[in-house]
Amino acid sequence: MDAITSQQVTFKIFRFNEETDYLPFYNTYTLNVTHEEVVLDILNRIKWDHDGSLSYRRSCRHGICGICSIKINGKAILACKSRLFDLIKIFGTDLTIEPLSTKRVIKDLIIDKKDFWEKHAHVNPYLVSDIEETPASEHLVSPHDAEKLNEADYCIQCGACHYSCPALAINEQFMGPAAFAAAYRFSADVRDEGALERLHIVNQEAEGVWDCVKCMECAEACPKDVNPIEKITKLHNMIFEAGIAKNNVATRHAVGFAHSIMKHGLLDEGELVRYSEGNIGVMKHIPEAIAMFKNGKIVMPWNMPKSKNLDEIKKLVKSSSTVKF
Amino acid sequence: MEKLRYALYTGCTARESTPELLKSTLAIADKLGIELVLLDEASCCGASHLQDYDDFLSLVLNARNICYAEKLGLTMVTICNTCQLNTAMTKHRLDSNSELKAKVNAKLAEVGLEYKGTSEVTHFLYALVQDFGLEKLAKMVKVPLSHFNIAPFYGCHNIRPSELQNLSNGGENPYNPTSLDDLIIACGGNNVDYAEKNKCCGFHAELQSPHTAAVLTGNAIAGAMDANADWMVTPCPLCHLKLDVQHHAASKAIGRDVKLPVLHMPQMVGLALGCTPTELGLNHHVTKVDFV
Repeated sequence: MDAITSQQVTFKIFRFNEETDYLPFYNTYTLNVTHEEVVLDILNRIKWDHDGSLSYRRSCRHGICGICSIKINGKAILACKSRLFDLIKIFGTDLTIEPLSTKRVIKDLIIDKKDFWEKHAHVNPYLVSDIEETPASEHLVSPHDAEKLNEADYCIQCGACHYSCPALAINEQFMGPAAFAAAYRFSADVRDEGALERLHIVNQEAEGVWDCVKCMECAEACPKDVNPIEKITKLHNMIFEAGIAKNNVATRHAVGFAHSIMKHGLLDEGELVRYSEGNIGVMKHIPEAIAMFKNGKIVMPWNMPKSKNLDEIKKLVKSSSTVKF
Repeated sequence: MEKLRYALYTGCTARESTPELLKSTLAIADKLGIELVLLDEASCCGASHLQDYDDFLSLVLNARNICYAEKLGLTMVTICNTCQLNTAMTKHRLDSNSELKAKVNAKLAEVGLEYKGTSEVTHFLYALVQDFGLEKLAKMVKVPLSHFNIAPFYGCHNIRPSELQNLSNGGENPYNPTSLDDLIIACGGNNVDYAEKNKCCGFHAELQSPHTAAVLTGNAIAGAMDANADWMVTPCPLCHLKLDVQHHAASKAIGRDVKLPVLHMPQMVGLALGCTPTELGLNHHVTKVDFV
């Protein structure tokens, strides 16, 4: 049997012009798409054959300028890189094309990325190094040292992760995965001397890495496999290693796990909340604690279960710990 | 078919704040003829928070947990998405980096253990869907859940990052997951579709960022309510704690009263198989399960 080479797809496209429209609306087009077409081809066909007023950003057409990022059925993509047939495999033949953020639309699929660029700029996304302006030799980086960047330098600032981050959608102060990946990229560079300042920047409450919800949306959204959440985890580690972790609920929440595992092997959930929040902060959890207690959801300290062979765990926590708080 | 046997890594939550999860897991395993060997030696997986503090220690502890499944020669099943993420992540990192594996094994040798990489790690949901099979499960249903509109809530750490999770979840697409929907259908229920089904519940930011966490929980319950769901079902006890216990904070955060009963995945299967509410621990819920 011949492979399917074309399919009929219904596209619903987000339309809005902030100068003339009161509310956004959707236009629907049914087109035959071929197996070699990418989303940008479809946008071009609609613009050139059906409606010249459709607006979207496009430039390099080979996945490096990062400007054509949009969302299809909620999935952030680069329009120039995503094949229609791959998207049909996930979502079927009804596809909704929307801007990365419907809140920030200027016209149709074009958004104002000001918040993205401000947050990106905030982490000093450049090498900080006190070198001579006319050095006598190259400042070489060995392959081994280059690997420390963990491909964070592949970021093309397309905003796919930034506008897929649910923490950022709720808390506008939060700097978001792209800014954190950039902070890591330069801080992990052997030529850089600005890491400590950057770590202080991403260590702030509400704005910094501690408010990440660990949903992994950023890893999934990135079209260049930068894996921002991995870099966020590394920034957490670097903050502890640099000894600048503040003594607050977020840091104690991380450290508390080590204490609990040392004592029980398993996590003492109640004690973790008390340790993280402190004796006063924990009070606000009393109503939910009472509701949980009434339903047999709280284990009393004297009944706290322990892992079998706990001595092994204690020995390993002692011998394998690499940081102190 | 040969009897399915797994090493069960319960995680901490199923032994403390969601005892009904362990109870219902064991109850349905019994009904389905699946043998689960409890890994009582296992420690906490670190829940992605120990990983922020001491990555190496978390690798050593998770590798130790897997060692005990390897000793039994069994696939490890998890019943918590976050346990699944951290255990599978450890396995993947050690299996793909011999230098790191040697470092971790040097520590494990101190307690007479060695991580080999011979046991797979999979969530119980995927053991049911892929190994047991939904057709076979559907044939065993005694009480079809046909009166109910059920909202699946997948939980992040079973579906993302897909590159890792696809090693054990049968290639589930994180933007359009289907396993839990298929399971609902196999139990005779009506699966409802809503935008938040594959989104974050906020659990991991609850202490340090309570508003963000509460809005995410509220959005999830609201999405399910708007899709006309009678109740929700989740394979993750951490999502369950957010959705079941935190609806007051969630309602306040989104300015709308939201509340739905939420069942653990094995509780839903148990109802369909004819288990009693007590066998499934339905009395442990904060949001009362008032439909049985």
